[in-house]
Amino acid sequence: MMYSDKVWDHFSNPRNVGEIADADGVGEVGNATCGDIMKIYLKIDNGIITDAKFKTFGCGAAIATSSMATEMIKGKPISEALKLTNKAVVEALDGLPPVKVHCSVLAEQAIKHALADYYRRNGIDPTPFVGELKEEEACHVH
Amino acid sequence: MERFVYADNAATTKISKPVLDAMLPYLTEQYGNPSSLYRFGNQAKRAIETARKEVADVLNADPFEIIFTGGGSESDNWLKEIMHSLKKKGKHHMITSVVEHHALLHSAQRLEKDGFEVTYLPVDHEGQIDPEAVRQAIRPETGLVSIMFANNEIGTLYPIEQIGAICRQAGVLFHTDAVQAAGHVKIDVKQMNIDLLSLSAHKFHGPKGVGAFYCRRGIPLTNLIDGGAQERGKRAGTENVAGIVGLGAALRIANEELEQTSAKVSAMRDRLIDGILTTIPQCRLNGPRQNRLPGNCNISFLGVEGESLLLRLDLAGIAASSGSACASSSLDPSHVLLAIGLPHEVAHGSVRFSLSDFNTEDDVTYILEKLPEIVSTLRSMSPLWEEMQKGQVSFEQ
Repeated sequence: MMYSDKVWDHFSNPRNVGEIADADGVGEVGNATCGDIMKIYLKIDNGIITDAKFKTFGCGAAIATSSMATEMIKGKPISEALKLTNKAVVEALDGLPPVKVHCSVLAEQAIKHALADYYRRNGIDPTPFVGELKEEEACHVH
Repeated sequence: MERFVYADNAATTKISKPVLDAMLPYLTEQYGNPSSLYRFGNQAKRAIETARKEVADVLNADPFEIIFTGGGSESDNWLKEIMHSLKKKGKHHMITSVVEHHALLHSAQRLEKDGFEVTYLPVDHEGQIDPEAVRQAIRPETGLVSIMFANNEIGTLYPIEQIGAICRQAGVLFHTDAVQAAGHVKIDVKQMNIDLLSLSAHKFHGPKGVGAFYCRRGIPLTNLIDGGAQERGKRAGTENVAGIVGLGAALRIANEELEQTSAKVSAMRDRLIDGILTTIPQCRLNGPRQNRLPGNCNISFLGVEGESLLLRLDLAGIAASSGSACASSSLDPSHVLLAIGLPHEVAHGSVRFSLSDFNTEDDVTYILEKLPEIVSTLRSMSPLWEEMQKGQVSFEQ
């Protein structure tokens, strides 16, 4: 299985690893049984994501997509982060092997969960913004 | 990359110099077809028969009983033919184990689709099988038992001689997939009552793409591959002469050097296992500590995932493999690790190092130097490890 140079870069030098102690939104998706967990922390000020950090238990693609996804939303308004698709993350990484594309879906989900958490903490119903979020993602079907 | 440490010999091995030297003439000047009538072809035929004798001698079999195949998978697939023949005698039941290689398991599953019954014996927490379990599973309609000689993932060595005796007494054919064992541990098909056996050259410093199937004289054998009369009419196709020559030489040499290689490699393996278990917290050895293949070291690192471990190892110049779902092209976690009772998350965190005679003490030292940092870096990034540290989740060890 071949990873692109960009994926290798984001895997070996992942950006934004860590946690935010006083985060404004935290989202965790995936499960250990499947072998993929992504946890994303967001700091939001005046509708702008001023900081994003991640922790990931998962493969090379999972770590690289977490790194790239957090890079793509840092410094952006919430409205843009809401529009982030897994396809955009995969493109930014110059592509992923087909069997690994589902890892990018996890990244998109983790960000949406973190934003949903931010809305809930502020007494806002997240559904109009993030849509219906599945609680537990089932392992990839094959 | 600072240096390259190849620690994945269970996946494949480097062809050794004497083997390469033995093969080269058959890739260059001695290109005759062994079936040709003229002397130029006879030379190639002679080389194949020499290789056949080499394999037979190592196994304590008769050359007649050795058929060259395209590898271990093909040899395992022959069991389908054996079972189809046995069905005509009312034997439609086969016994095997849950930890066999996929070539065997998928062949067994295909037999089930064809109406056969297969019993998959479970294993204990070290991957071991009790011969009694085999005896108890045998029924009047059992035609074949197939238990691997040694497990490729966790190194468990099986009680083949005892199982062979049980099968011989019960009048049931006994096959063993010896792909990981041949060339590394002693095999004696007569003493061990083995009727059928699979092996593959590239696991003992021979070339890829060639293996052998041992079938005891007297056992009817129908072809997997029909066509010309090669391999006494049992396996059609112009022979992979150079590959067969390489296989014979590699097995002969491996057998000659077996005791000393095994001692050297086991010592390195033990240093690696002990080194990892003592320097890295929260990890566990998969498979038995003692009764395992000389080069095999399989360890689960809790809180981290196998593919990311392998990639970091790769960045450090170390080649290994993993039982993680993410590391397999099928996205299934190792069936062997699940069979020994590991929870999925522990199976996902497994890494298999497998050493050979070509590894050095420096290689082991290098792995022991690089691994702790790799594991701790990935752990610092892992939400699962974080939960484990906070006591929110734990895995029985």
